[in-house]
Amino acid sequence: MKLSLGPVLFYWSREKLLDFYAEMAEQPLDAIYLGETVCSKRRALGLDDWLGLARELGECTRAELVLSGLALVEAASELSSLKRLCDNGELLVEANDMGAVQLLRERKLPFVAGPALNLYNGHALAELIDCGLQRWVPPVECSGELIRNTLEQLDSLGLARPQVELFAYGHLPLAYSARCFTARAENRPKDDCQICCESFPEGIVLHSQEGEALFTLNGIQTMSAKVNNLLADYAQLAAAGADLLRLSPRAEGMAGVIAAFDAVRCGALPPLAVEGCNGYWHGRPGMLRADEVLL
Amino acid sequence: MQLVCPAGSLPALKAAVRQGADAVYVGFRDDTNARHFSGLNLDDKQLESGLQLIREQGRQLYIAVNTYAQPDGWARWQRAVDQAAALGVDALIAADPGVLAYASRRHPGLNLHLSVQGSATNAAALALYQQRYGIRRAVLPRVLSLAQVRQVAEKSPVPIEVFAFGSLCIMAEGRCHLSSYLTGESPNLCGVCSPAKAVRWQEDAEGLSSRLNGVLIDRYGKDESAGYPTLCKGRFLVGGQRFHALEEPTSLNTLDLIPQLAAIGVSAVKIEGRQRSPAYVEQVTRVWRSALDAYARAPQNFTVQPQWRSALDSLSEGSQTTLGAYHRSWQ
Repeated sequence: MKLSLGPVLFYWSREKLLDFYAEMAEQPLDAIYLGETVCSKRRALGLDDWLGLARELGECTRAELVLSGLALVEAASELSSLKRLCDNGELLVEANDMGAVQLLRERKLPFVAGPALNLYNGHALAELIDCGLQRWVPPVECSGELIRNTLEQLDSLGLARPQVELFAYGHLPLAYSARCFTARAENRPKDDCQICCESFPEGIVLHSQEGEALFTLNGIQTMSAKVNNLLADYAQLAAAGADLLRLSPRAEGMAGVIAAFDAVRCGALPPLAVEGCNGYWHGRPGMLRADEVLL
Repeated sequence: MQLVCPAGSLPALKAAVRQGADAVYVGFRDDTNARHFSGLNLDDKQLESGLQLIREQGRQLYIAVNTYAQPDGWARWQRAVDQAAALGVDALIAADPGVLAYASRRHPGLNLHLSVQGSATNAAALALYQQRYGIRRAVLPRVLSLAQVRQVAEKSPVPIEVFAFGSLCIMAEGRCHLSSYLTGESPNLCGVCSPAKAVRWQEDAEGLSSRLNGVLIDRYGKDESAGYPTLCKGRFLVGGQRFHALEEPTSLNTLDLIPQLAAIGVSAVKIEGRQRSPAYVEQVTRVWRSALDAYARAPQNFTVQPQWRSALDSLSEGSQTTLGAYHRSWQ
């Protein structure tokens, strides 16, 4: 089983990003995804900076470096940026919008289908494989059973399976909007947001009126408040066809998270239960933790 | 601009036709469409009778098969496509690349529209669906500003349909798992959002509470009117403040934008609400028919009549309407 580090979904300063990747370069990772996937206004690092960072990382880590594209591509300027990203000439691209799939297909470039693409069955997967998909990160709401069935359906179509990368750790990216919820919470209009999301390195928690943590506001993205963690399910992940496990960056403690997953893939027993949630994997509401609800 | 109206039942379809809809869109009675609510949608007999009326009146019938197929239910989506083709519908509205591929190969004559659930918000995405599946129209998600709709329409290889009126998704359609996070059922896979079976109402000393799978979505005081607990429209706590952190209960209404939408070259405007009553469909269709006709007669003199506005306000969530993402200030 390989371990990947997903793109940073929050907005961090240039300094924090560079420090973070310097630390990540020393971790037992097989793939590192770089780039901004949430908001085109977040420009602590531009495309050239990301490519420069990739070159530096390439010299000190064996991890495969992948460039992730924006998930919600609306403005003409965003489409132009996406074209430049697809034309980077060096790195494999993760497509998070069908517009990116089209651009990569036109360029006859292989790509990773990110979790923001709606690929839920073998027939849809076959279509994207025909466009150049070589790795599939299923939508985060997919259960282990749906993923297994999708791959079996692909087998029945006589197609080779792509690599499968599961979103195994982190706040789940659940939704994308035209509206910036961080700016709304800060009483700022989106057009004058002053990039206020930089003040919240792990987003803003949204609670119910009873104080239950429900969601994390992260700009135009809404995430789970709980951290999805599939480490206790490790044995099932490989059985379902996973080749890579994606660990999604958090503001603190990622080296420890990576170490815990690395220990299990190297033979340590997985924990019986973990903090956070894993309901989606078990075909239940995403917010639940299987060991609590299956009792 | 063509007026495309919803029908979740035969009476609603008749109402839409009676009030001048150019096209009516419906779904089958299962999870192959994004309004899979109990008691809603048309059975085979109703579809035949609806189609007969549509043909007699020279209108069009569209069928939405616009959820994402689950691998173990694939035959259901295949059957829905075959059935739509056999009926001879004027368009099949779909989102799943697998479903679109099947429809375009098996039924090359079938007119395909990309559903809003396909979440295509830019010209490159539209080009993919046009080149691979020959879609002839695309419905844009309700996340684009008017300027962005113009940009997309200018470069789009296919005619564009936009939402004109009805419930407002705050999230990009097809890009929202909030419902499945709380309840296990999502628009993409199950054709439902905040499903009714997960809803609980509770009256206590603090007022009326609405819950979704146990999670408190909102709590109403004695003088407040309660709405359906669509989870993005509840009141939550952020930084200690209680407010509609995602969106207010409000409906999209774009009567004011008719001239701009026409100038952009939008080919059809869509009314949301297959889950609403025949009376809703009747009234919304009547207002929008009047407005579009008034614009067609005298584009330069177009003004929104107060009676149109009040009729639509009374049918809106929380009796409020908004221009939504079309207007930047909302974003």
